[in-house]
Amino acid sequence: MAAEVSEKKLEEKKSRVVILVALVGIFVAVNIYLFAAGRLPSNFEGLGIMIAAGLSLAIYSFLYRDNPIYKFAEHIYIGLSVGYIIVYNYYNALKPNLLDKLFFPPPGERAELWLIVPLFFGILMFFRFSPKHAWVSRWSFAFIVGYGSGMAIPRGVKTMIFAQMEATLRPIEFFDMYGNFNFTAIATLIAIVGILAVLIYFFFSLEHKGPLKVASRVGVWFIMIAFGAQFGYTVMARMSLLIERIRFLLGDWLNVLRS
Amino acid sequence: MVFWKRTVPLALAFFFGVLMVVQYFIPHKSFAELLDTMARWGQIVGAFALVVGLSSLIHSHVFKIKRQVPGWGYSVVTLAALVIYTVVGFISEGDDSPEAAFGWGYHHLLMPMQASMFSLLAFFIASAAYKAFRARTLEATVLLIIAVIVMLGRVPIGSYVYEKLPQVAEWIFSYPNMAARRAIMLGVALAMVATSLRVIVGIERSYLGGGD
Repeated sequence: MAAEVSEKKLEEKKSRVVILVALVGIFVAVNIYLFAAGRLPSNFEGLGIMIAAGLSLAIYSFLYRDNPIYKFAEHIYIGLSVGYIIVYNYYNALKPNLLDKLFFPPPGERAELWLIVPLFFGILMFFRFSPKHAWVSRWSFAFIVGYGSGMAIPRGVKTMIFAQMEATLRPIEFFDMYGNFNFTAIATLIAIVGILAVLIYFFFSLEHKGPLKVASRVGVWFIMIAFGAQFGYTVMARMSLLIERIRFLLGDWLNVLRS
Repeated sequence: MVFWKRTVPLALAFFFGVLMVVQYFIPHKSFAELLDTMARWGQIVGAFALVVGLSSLIHSHVFKIKRQVPGWGYSVVTLAALVIYTVVGFISEGDDSPEAAFGWGYHHLLMPMQASMFSLLAFFIASAAYKAFRARTLEATVLLIIAVIVMLGRVPIGSYVYEKLPQVAEWIFSYPNMAARRAIMLGVALAMVATSLRVIVGIERSYLGGGD
């Protein structure tokens, strides 16, 4: 029985390898045709489109099942992303803010010696590699956490509390300047009720019973509406990405879309 | 030793925390410059933190390759992609225009893969939605209906179903959705301020890690 099962698995594996090889073969054949027919330019741009199409298809192959082609593309993606972050950080943070100002100042300008402080905190980070002296890196983390916390308090209070409350507490105008009823006022009232209800839902210092229970139930409804709206919005954003990728594959790569 | 291990980091967090709070309330040029300086310091220290993260990634993959754990070949792919793209980036001096090799890699490798990876979620999000939104309760039904309205309201077919559907979706976004989000934001802000205060005054010490 066990031998039969393993034989079946081996057969499955073989058929998967055949499918993968066939797909790669089809991809190569299609590209040879595209280049030969002049549908893809014979330059780095054309090569880039071909590779981009191949990697996109490799990632979409996950829709069939987890497979080596998908894993290959996934690991390339991880490597490239990290490589990009390293280079981006070096040329946009480390070089202009530290190296150019401390070690290689422009001619006629003096080195900004106070930059030794962040350099010092940065180097302390490397003590993480030594189990015995890892505690030294706490100084760097203390800087980052202290700086972040200090920034968060005034900004959080201003933008996320005061600005939001101000927008909520604006006077509601039920009639416009011509005396006509302003229907937006009802929507604003609904929003105010929603804000209070959701706040009550998250207020745990009092037991939710009686009027508080009713209010918190209304709060749940508003939260569900918000989650539904956010979900719908996210789905549509992903759909836009998918449509763009399909447009790329059919248009830029296969050249079968009419402009 | 406790002084260096615990008191100094707590004092540093307190000093920089109070400094950043105080600078906000002093409308003077020198404090505006201080804010700019501190932001750059943050970027510099953050860049060093990246090296620590990078070493962890490399260590993990080198470990897999050394031990030849199943799938170790993919670790070779990751490290090769990382090293090659980083070297190309430094040779191109970080130029991410499509004409430079680094930019070519960004436009023809990284961006397409990123877009494909995220668009892949369009398929899984649909199946997840089916599982999550099966109208078992009244609240789940509300969530489902609103999601459908918003989705239909953002594509042309929505107007064919009901011509005012885009406006309805917009109204949902602007009022009930905004109400819940605003209330949640208020709660988040209060929690953020409380946590920040705890860090500054030294009550919250989890960033010190374990040990002494």
